[in-house]
Amino acid sequence: MQGDVEENLGAARQALAEMNMSGEAVRVNTPSAVSAVDAIIIPGGESTTIGRLSMAGDTLAALRERLNSGMPALGICAGLILLSSQVYDRRMGATGQPLLGVLDVRLERNSFGRQRRSFEMDIDMEPLGITGFRGVFIRAPSVTAVSPEVEVLASVDGRIVAVRRGGIVGTSFHPEMSGNAALHRNLVDAARR
Amino acid sequence: MIPLAGDRRDAGGVVQEGDSVRGTARVKRGFAHMLKGGVVMDVTNAEQARIAEEAGAVSVMVLDKLPSDVRKAGGVARTAGVGAVREIMESVTIPVMAKCRIGHVYEAQVLAETDVDMIDESEVLTPADEARHIWKWDFTTPFVNGARSLPEALRRIEEGASMIRTKGEPGTGNVAEAITHIKKLNDGLRLARAIYDSEDRQEMMRLAREYRVSFDIIEKTARLGRLPVVNFAAGGIATPADAAYLMSLGCDGIFVGSGIFKSEDAANRARAVVLATTFWDQPDRVREAQEMIDERMSMPGLDAASMELRMQERGAAS
Repeated sequence: MQGDVEENLGAARQALAEMNMSGEAVRVNTPSAVSAVDAIIIPGGESTTIGRLSMAGDTLAALRERLNSGMPALGICAGLILLSSQVYDRRMGATGQPLLGVLDVRLERNSFGRQRRSFEMDIDMEPLGITGFRGVFIRAPSVTAVSPEVEVLASVDGRIVAVRRGGIVGTSFHPEMSGNAALHRNLVDAARR
Repeated sequence: MIPLAGDRRDAGGVVQEGDSVRGTARVKRGFAHMLKGGVVMDVTNAEQARIAEEAGAVSVMVLDKLPSDVRKAGGVARTAGVGAVREIMESVTIPVMAKCRIGHVYEAQVLAETDVDMIDESEVLTPADEARHIWKWDFTTPFVNGARSLPEALRRIEEGASMIRTKGEPGTGNVAEAITHIKKLNDGLRLARAIYDSEDRQEMMRLAREYRVSFDIIEKTARLGRLPVVNFAAGGIATPADAAYLMSLGCDGIFVGSGIFKSEDAANRARAVVLATTFWDQPDRVREAQEMIDERMSMPGLDAASMELRMQERGAAS
């Protein structure tokens, strides 16, 4: 609904082209659009805003139902927050924003600090066979606790920045800003299986 | 990500720490990407900031006075006090921006050290240097600048702006200037694109000289067919319909200055402008948003004829 939507559509199209697959990348912001797709990207944006907008419609409920019945997803930054089951802010405590709860993880918002502390660095996600992936972290969250069924894919300075449960992947960083569509290919691959 | 046209290798704001690097064009422009499709609201205190956050604003912009009050007060308008900025930063979880005067390097440094998320080098404040904007590449904190046309926008990007807002006339509640300028910018982009398609390099060079920008940035922008950074609309936006119309003209998001907190239904209006900005392409949602406000409570506004001070012209020649 808000954030890096166009760039993720671009990365998804790049992934489809690189895999020689036909498919469509479309914007999803209504319940009926949620039921029409095979996989979903929840892009980064401002998580407080996305939370407020989600409450304004039935889209969130439709999305939760699809994800619980196994639809693959890629949640990025604020999108990872939306997928999680618990979120807090270091200064404000619990944020009370609506969550999908499909990844049983605890998230700390703005975990690396304000914008001046935002950074980029190479990330290895060995379980996915992706290495040297340029991670762009913008006021990024980190995962501070995971339940046993959630797999940790990557960490930075001891902070978890990428996780997976089945076909659902969540990252603190922004793969659509890296020019590398590996995580988007991974999503297409999960949708195909 | 929009390709990184106009990036510099000698940017002083880039900080390498082990394997990680901060203050790159990608990280700074990336911040603006997180605001896309959203509304940034001008606020002067923590209470207004909380109302903005509650309404779904993607960020708040801190000023000492709202633009319409700056206009009324006259005199020199400077950056907001550090204490006021800090109090707002402690009151909300959304990013906080603040304005500094055009060309005032040290007001900008103070804001960067206060740790605001973005600095607005703004014509709403009294310019400190009409001939030279700040060299923004030397900052780790990203900047947003105003522009009325493609040449002005590209000059600001070449100085290191990570985001552009097309200027309207601030503090008027009159959206006409903002509409004029986004259309002018779009015209500029169409012309550049046509020259690019014609493969006439000499004509592209002529355009670069006319615009007083590098060949490189005009060519890359022409190829993209849009600005190489996120572009919001600003100046005179007072209603949900104003916001939705500007989004339809290709803006990536909206800044609202006096329009919300100079109205008499601020909280409702803030929510309504956010809804109309998000769902600008769904007419029933825009109507729903417009129904949330009461026109009798809109800020009275000013027409162009009654304006003695045209803030939009500040710094535009440089």
